[in-house]
Amino acid sequence: MPAGSKLLPSQKVKISRGKVHIIEERCKGCGLCTDFCPKQVLHRSERVNEKGYHLVEVIEEPEKGKFCVACGFCQIICPEYAIWVEKREEYV
Amino acid sequence: MEETCELLHPIDRWLKTERMPHIWCPGCGVGPTIHAWVRALERVGIEKEKVVYVSGIGCCGRGSGYLDVDGFHTTHGRAIPFAVGLKLANPELCVTVISGDGDLFAIGGNHFIHACRRNNDLLVICVNNFIYGMTGGQLAPTTPHGGYSTTSPYGNIEHPFNTPHLADAAGAVYVARWTSIHVRELELSIAEALRMKGFRYIEVLSPCPVNFGRRNNFPEPDAMAKWFAQSSVIMHGADTSKVAIDMGKPIILGNFVKREGKPTYYELLRKLEEMRRKR
Amino acid sequence: MGKAVLTGRHFWYGNIAIAEGAIAAGCRFFAGYPITPASEIAEHISRRFPEVGGIFVQFEDELASMAAILGASWAGVKSMTATSGPGFSLMMENIGLGVMMEVPVVVVDVQRGAPSTGLPTLTAQGDVMQAKWGSHGQYEIIALSPESPQEAFDLTIRCFNLAEKYRVPTILLASESVCHSAGKVVVPPEEEIEIVYRKKPSVPPDEYLPYKPDEDLIPPMACAGEGYSIKTTGLTHDERGYPDTTPEAQEKLVKRLNDKIRMHREEIVEVEEDFMDDAEIAVVSYGQVSRPAKRAVKMAREEGIKAGSIRLITVWPFAEHIIRKWAKQVDFFVVPELNYGQIYLEVKREACGNAETILVPRMGGRLITPEEIYHEIKKVVGR
Repeated sequence: MPAGSKLLPSQKVKISRGKVHIIEERCKGCGLCTDFCPKQVLHRSERVNEKGYHLVEVIEEPEKGKFCVACGFCQIICPEYAIWVEKREEYV
Repeated sequence: MEETCELLHPIDRWLKTERMPHIWCPGCGVGPTIHAWVRALERVGIEKEKVVYVSGIGCCGRGSGYLDVDGFHTTHGRAIPFAVGLKLANPELCVTVISGDGDLFAIGGNHFIHACRRNNDLLVICVNNFIYGMTGGQLAPTTPHGGYSTTSPYGNIEHPFNTPHLADAAGAVYVARWTSIHVRELELSIAEALRMKGFRYIEVLSPCPVNFGRRNNFPEPDAMAKWFAQSSVIMHGADTSKVAIDMGKPIILGNFVKREGKPTYYELLRKLEEMRRKR
Repeated sequence: MGKAVLTGRHFWYGNIAIAEGAIAAGCRFFAGYPITPASEIAEHISRRFPEVGGIFVQFEDELASMAAILGASWAGVKSMTATSGPGFSLMMENIGLGVMMEVPVVVVDVQRGAPSTGLPTLTAQGDVMQAKWGSHGQYEIIALSPESPQEAFDLTIRCFNLAEKYRVPTILLASESVCHSAGKVVVPPEEEIEIVYRKKPSVPPDEYLPYKPDEDLIPPMACAGEGYSIKTTGLTHDERGYPDTTPEAQEKLVKRLNDKIRMHREEIVEVEEDFMDDAEIAVVSYGQVSRPAKRAVKMAREEGIKAGSIRLITVWPFAEHIIRKWAKQVDFFVVPELNYGQIYLEVKREACGNAETILVPRMGGRLITPEEIYHEIKKVVGR
């Protein structure tokens, strides 16, 4: 549980979960999504695409609270239209 | 579960996807700005067929060729008058000019102030990256005082335009400033502007990591974005004369001006015809 | 709505005739900037357009005016601007864009003395080469030159028709002395005026390529808001309108932009020939200089000199096939013009050494008199 979160009395919070899709041939590895992901699930990878840019990869660690909550910020901040998030709702 | 995700990006419906990846450099703010504009068009519910995108020359100029709407890539500085003609000739269209700071405020500066004054019914979005990016990083009318460029190698001795103040003074009915990382606020601001009539101006501060950042202590592709994130202060309704950009000082963002009730050029023209008929 | 076509007989200045010709041709968008000696066109249109539902805008300069008429034409409205030399120079930038984007528009240039500010109120023909070559790069353009207010009216309509047909900016190359002289102008009934509209796409939007030409090398033109998702740019582009900055794309596009006019040269070129059947000396003229030129030819005929007149109504594309043809018959081409030799160079080039070409220049300011041209004809007789 991230620090500062308040629990509802029921102790059950509805949290959106998301699946991040990366269109690899569009990515230019600028790092904006990794900088601004509030859950730090996006990371610069050592893999490169055909243009030689370092790709972004998704590494979720749910036990540390690091999982995609489908905020969609990476999708709208990405200069390349290379990343988008599929929203799935789940209970935690 | 590995699935291919080609053509599923929500913006793809608006893109000429066969032209991706686009030409803009890593970390550039043009892409997110256009994305915010597209989301605002969807939010307001404007029919795709009625959307016209006019651009000038420079990095931003290329945008009109990437979207699946009527796109006009015009000459340097002339996007506004081209768009004024197009919109007046078919007032049903939703015409937006998205262009750069050099295009709109150096070579096209005169057209900008006169379209404000006339209150031509246009949305003008300036992607201000403080530099001439496409041509390799020369001094722009928005380069901060002291900023380095390939034509101000010892620092800029000129003073940059405060473009929201210029638009305000010239009579624009909507004036706002955001950055290309304040994408949610930007989307809402564009949507608000799309719902209005008259000359509406939104400045979008944008990183240019390659041609501005590299020479001005922002060495990484995301460094300028971080600068915007750390230095921005949102002040809706701020006095536009006090929002000039100065390195090292807070960057004021917000929806600054909203003038209601000022008739557009086209409305006045039709009114004039009506008066003449009654005479 | 008021009447668009003022059928009847009028006594009009050339500038008024141009404005009325534009309205009769269906022009409903005008953008301009005041300049002597063309301002009366804008003034007249600003008064007339509210009667016929047109949009008149006085812009901040000629750069904007030219850009705006391109935009308006893309919205499907016939559009025009009018200017004189200094403004014409500023328009060159977007005339080039009009050529590249293939936009039907009409540009009126009322020539005055030049270079620079020159002689604002006095006539000249110094912009002939500028009309052809003024914008950067290689392109073909259409320019017509009226000799009278009547022809100013007629040729303005023809300019619109040619612009629409060939998708090219078309220039009415007028002069101060035509535009500031008054004369009889007969406006025919509306149904007798031939009006041409641009070719529209015959395929659905998903099959439409904005720069895919038909056999005549002219691509059908969809307009903004019609659902065709037009892509157009001043950059070298492919048939989709996407930038393609390769040598191959440049070769293909620039060649077509030129060839679409060249292959229709004989259709576009209009000349008026007088006394040419047995002529040994041909006076080649255009615009208002044609009037003293034709008078001089008559004077020569009265003296038994075998002179004839070739009047270029179409200045660009150049009537090279006409000059080549007559060069085989005549011994001399006499070319009077209000400059120091512009069309003279074209005539000389096309004469190919078969006939001698003689320039009768005047730098502008006033017309050449019939006597002056007659004097030149006399000089070459018996040489």
